[in-house]
Amino acid sequence: MDSPAGDSWVARVSGVSQHYGKAVALDDVSLDIPANRMIGLIGPDGVGKSTLLGMLAGVRKIQAGQVEVLGGDIADAHFRTEVAHRIAYLPQGLGKNLYPTLSIFENIDFFGRLFGQSKEEREWRIDDLLVSTDLAPFRERPAGKLSGGMKQKLGLCCSLIHDPDLLILDEPTTGVDPLARRQFWELIARIRERRPTMSVLVATAYMDEAEGFEWLVAMNAGKVIGTGTPREMRESVGQPTLEKAFIRLLPEEARRGHREPVITPYQPSSGPPAIEAQGLTQRFGAFTAVDHVNFRIERGEIFGFLGSNGCGKTTTMKMLTGLLPPTEGTAELFGRPVKGGDIEARRDVGFMSQAFSLYTELTVRQNLMLHARLFDLPDAQGKARVGQLLLDFGLEEEADTLAESLPLGIRQRLSLAVAVLHEPQVLILDEPTSGVDPVARDGFWQLLIRLSRENGVTIFLSTHFMNEAERCDRMSMMHRGKVLAQGRPADLVAERKAPNLEAAFIGYLEDAAKAESGPAPGTEATPEVHIPPPEAVESATETEAGRFSFARVWAFARREAIELRHDTVRLAFSFFGPLLLMIVFGYGISLDVNHLTFAVLDFDQSQASAQYTDAFRGSIYYDEKAPIPDYQELERRLRNGELRFALEIPPGFERDLIRGRQPTVMAYVDAAMPFRAETARSYVQASTSQFEQRWRQDRGIPQAPQPIKVNTRALYNQSFDSIYAMVPGDIMLLLMLIPSMLTALSVVRERELGSIANFYAAPATKGEFLLGKQLPYVAVALIQFVSLVALAVLLFHVPIKGSVLTLAVGGVLFVLASTGFGLLISVFAATQTAAIFAAAIIAILPAVQFSGMFVPVSSLTGGAALAAKIFPSTYFQAVSVGTFTKALGMSTLWPKLVWLAAIGAIYFGLSVLLLKKQEK
Amino acid sequence: MHKAWHIFQLGLKEMLSLARDPVLLFLIAYAFTFSVYTPSKSAVMDVVNASIAIVNEDNSEIARDIRASMLPPLFLPAAEISFDDINHDMDTGKYTFVVDLPPKFEHDLARDSKPEVQIVTDATAMSQAGRGPGYIQNIIMPAVQPYWAGAGQPESRQLISLDTRGRFNANYQQGWFVAINQVINNISVLAIFLTGAAVLREREHGNIEHLLVMPLQPFELMFAKIWANGLVVVVAAMASLFLVVKGAIGVPVEPSSVPLFAAGLAIYLFSVTALGIMLATLVRSMPQFGLLAFPVFLVMILLSGGQTPLESMPVPLQKFMQLVPSTHFVAFSQAVLFRNATFGMVWPSMAKMFAIGAAYTVFTLSRFRKMLAAVQ
Repeated sequence: MDSPAGDSWVARVSGVSQHYGKAVALDDVSLDIPANRMIGLIGPDGVGKSTLLGMLAGVRKIQAGQVEVLGGDIADAHFRTEVAHRIAYLPQGLGKNLYPTLSIFENIDFFGRLFGQSKEEREWRIDDLLVSTDLAPFRERPAGKLSGGMKQKLGLCCSLIHDPDLLILDEPTTGVDPLARRQFWELIARIRERRPTMSVLVATAYMDEAEGFEWLVAMNAGKVIGTGTPREMRESVGQPTLEKAFIRLLPEEARRGHREPVITPYQPSSGPPAIEAQGLTQRFGAFTAVDHVNFRIERGEIFGFLGSNGCGKTTTMKMLTGLLPPTEGTAELFGRPVKGGDIEARRDVGFMSQAFSLYTELTVRQNLMLHARLFDLPDAQGKARVGQLLLDFGLEEEADTLAESLPLGIRQRLSLAVAVLHEPQVLILDEPTSGVDPVARDGFWQLLIRLSRENGVTIFLSTHFMNEAERCDRMSMMHRGKVLAQGRPADLVAERKAPNLEAAFIGYLEDAAKAESGPAPGTEATPEVHIPPPEAVESATETEAGRFSFARVWAFARREAIELRHDTVRLAFSFFGPLLLMIVFGYGISLDVNHLTFAVLDFDQSQASAQYTDAFRGSIYYDEKAPIPDYQELERRLRNGELRFALEIPPGFERDLIRGRQPTVMAYVDAAMPFRAETARSYVQASTSQFEQRWRQDRGIPQAPQPIKVNTRALYNQSFDSIYAMVPGDIMLLLMLIPSMLTALSVVRERELGSIANFYAAPATKGEFLLGKQLPYVAVALIQFVSLVALAVLLFHVPIKGSVLTLAVGGVLFVLASTGFGLLISVFAATQTAAIFAAAIIAILPAVQFSGMFVPVSSLTGGAALAAKIFPSTYFQAVSVGTFTKALGMSTLWPKLVWLAAIGAIYFGLSVLLLKKQEK
Repeated sequence: MHKAWHIFQLGLKEMLSLARDPVLLFLIAYAFTFSVYTPSKSAVMDVVNASIAIVNEDNSEIARDIRASMLPPLFLPAAEISFDDINHDMDTGKYTFVVDLPPKFEHDLARDSKPEVQIVTDATAMSQAGRGPGYIQNIIMPAVQPYWAGAGQPESRQLISLDTRGRFNANYQQGWFVAINQVINNISVLAIFLTGAAVLREREHGNIEHLLVMPLQPFELMFAKIWANGLVVVVAAMASLFLVVKGAIGVPVEPSSVPLFAAGLAIYLFSVTALGIMLATLVRSMPQFGLLAFPVFLVMILLSGGQTPLESMPVPLQKFMQLVPSTHFVAFSQAVLFRNATFGMVWPSMAKMFAIGAAYTVFTLSRFRKMLAAVQ
């Protein structure tokens, strides 16, 4: 091994250790990585490869030790920001750092903007990248609709847009089909030709890929077990292939008694076929995913499915399991047609989907036990079975680890263990070994062979590994929903006269591509791309790293806005939802009490008592019900809620009234809802006074003298119409709740889906990121604000009596605060569920109860008064009611505006403080 | 019975997931303690702790007597302000009421020349402005009697003595009502968001698809969510009812009404968790769910009769709200917890809640597979 001197190390790692709980990811690793090379990182699953790459990219926090990248200390935040534009990082997982609803162009464009490139620069760079990756014809296609291989190419484009000096790729080709893989590496080679000074650091599970790298680092159990060129590695242990050499390099216990799987010839069995498909077809709209596929798999056979990404393998498997009803054709298991609702048939099938679909919040053992129980295994038997599976799949060590913290390969093993748990007759496995290391893969194949040959289990699997496809009894090659060829692997190779299966497969694919209408991608005339001289380029990219940049804020904001624009449902909800609610609330929320149900228990039955009852008739305030015969009935009808109040007129009412003996009328009011009861009480009082006045008038008795005249002046709202108070309040309520709900998912969603890695790796500050996240929602909220105000004025005829400017300024400051609140929740919450829940439950109380909408703020005490002070809704309620109904302006309301601005700033500042710029 | 066993096991898993999210657990605790207690003590829709000031243009002793009779819990201690401050203090919402005693007030009372007292009210404070002036008048009248020349004359007596009795809550304690109402609101928010978001999360992570390849029926998944989340909410709500509502706030919850309330609560949770799951099957992503579920929840808390009286709403809206389970639960809870109603009186509410929940369930199950197809 040659050791270049001085600055020709791209990274130097010394004494680095990393622990997650009890698990050791890296154990005192020291390593010098030479510059300007293509370097491979190989090793079994969960040995710390991803952790190491994450550290080198600066996205993962270093617990102990020194990591120097491109000549600086990567643990230093300033250096990280500075060096970010020289590093590109593609995290593990297909398309994990892409934005699925954004088009190819929009995805790359976002990264270009992030690195401060000008419009012209982005244009030629994107054209250049798209042409060289053959993605140009699909420029406008959303990333989520791309095949796995295209996703990875797009990921690469996004990484390469800023000409990095160090390109870090974490298992870039896992789950990518052979043709796409080959194209991917050709692409990397071309790029390296153009930029020989770029160092590339790749973790991979494919040993055939690693064979082509210049320098390798072999890792196991958090340690480096060997470095050198592939040849040096092979020769040091005297093995013909790197795969075998690697297995030999591993310590004995890690090999787990590894043996090369040996497959015994398949003995055909009698009886109906295990799986039979005839003319199986699936269409999604105009797109045909699976096009008249036929196959017949015998009992106990191992049948492989080989095909490019997105060719319909997964869809075919879903139809076989009953998850998707076929559009056309039939699928049969053991001679019985597959039906979605057929529960018993599912006991015979074990299915493993391509993406991990077990519960990440449960441990390995809990996941297995749950399935044992769901398959009705008796508990003792279930425990034994789970114990055996843990052993068979090498999962004992991780048995009590949460699935979410498992590396990809070990998750796959767990999924497999679950699929075989109930000893099904048929196993349908969708890329079961994708991302699994060679040793585990061989161990898994031994198990499959045993199941097939000894227990007669039929196995139907898809794979991208040629050596696995070769092991199948028969296989089928698929492309664009159609089967290209089917038969024994050896026969297929012979038929094409190809040297090996991979060549045969690629040959079939290329034939199919030619046969399709139009030229295949890449062969069509490539547009001319004008690349400016390097001097012009340098000046554009080197600007303002580390300093606050509006360009980066705009990059984040624009991306978020595009995502929002593509989600028409969300957009429609955010515009029409508040309007609809406003209309419903405007008419529905009213504190006017009327239609109170009542009945009379009249013991007097006189003219006077009838006249008294009359005072309660013919008004919208009351609804009279049938008279009450006795106390028991009175009690009963109050208790069952029929009556809001009951009047009891005593015997001798008329007589006592005439004689001035002041008869006592009893009013029983249902006080379960005190607000209504108090109002009812005052109504009864008023009606009684009315009756008295008329009584005195009719009989010429002078009206009762009063010591004083009382003049009640209702300010701001003479008619006491609650709409003038409630509609401005509705605006406050909706602007507090809806924008904060929208914003509350923004950050936590990226964290849950993985695209937050882009921010970690970007030369952007936390403030730029958060402001970019917030701005689109501020814009949406402002549109909501304007439309709600328009609705208040035009539909509800609630005029703005005060200063429109003050209302407008208040509105802007308020939506900044309410989206800021959402942002704070989003930074704080661990999951989207928690965020959505927190936004609902924390905001609603101060907005509804403490804002002054229903209860005056001056009447609040204790915790409520405090909550009202620190929440923006209180201040905007004052501004909204103040400008609408109280006819106020800036001179009175300015302190509220200052508060709103301060609270918004505090929310934003707290969010910046709480946001982490690195993974733990 | 395998199906019951599956539902039980999946439900246990549901609880395990919940236990793993400390933020969620904290929020549940917050919902049933702070957000029940605080509003019941303070944010009551009535003339309670009303802020009031008196303008004493007469500089007389009467003002002191009137101020002294403005007592809690109706009023905060009355302030004395000058005439010129009235507008500003009303504008900024410092006081909800201002009582203006005119110059020569005492003199005019003594001559029985009926001085005019002005009560200025902030009519945007809807929950207090309506009744406040009446209360204030009731306080001023007796306070001025000693200074009034016409006091004690026989014709000033009322013809009828009206005796009002508040039933089921003799002192018209608004806080009791608010406390119960907050418990109901939090039950709704928890049930909708917990279950709905859990369904969506499992869908986004592919868990549901995985389960549907196993010998499980969609209804088993749905009922597992309903019982597990429902149980968590029942336990939290009942704890809140005993410890916070009864214990800390002092609402006299009759022990005899508790079993009936618990039964009604269980039915309500069935219907409202079913609603949460239904909403989750109507959307494609978590942000969409938030945007759909939030308005539904807002309508439930504001228009079910808990915040404002149902009768005050336009009739079509009242009819529509009959389709929302919370309307029946609010009516049911008020009847059982305050009026100590019997099963015979409230069974129609219970039956309606159940019917609504069943309708949601049937609709959801009919869409379960379609919803999975929509994920791709």
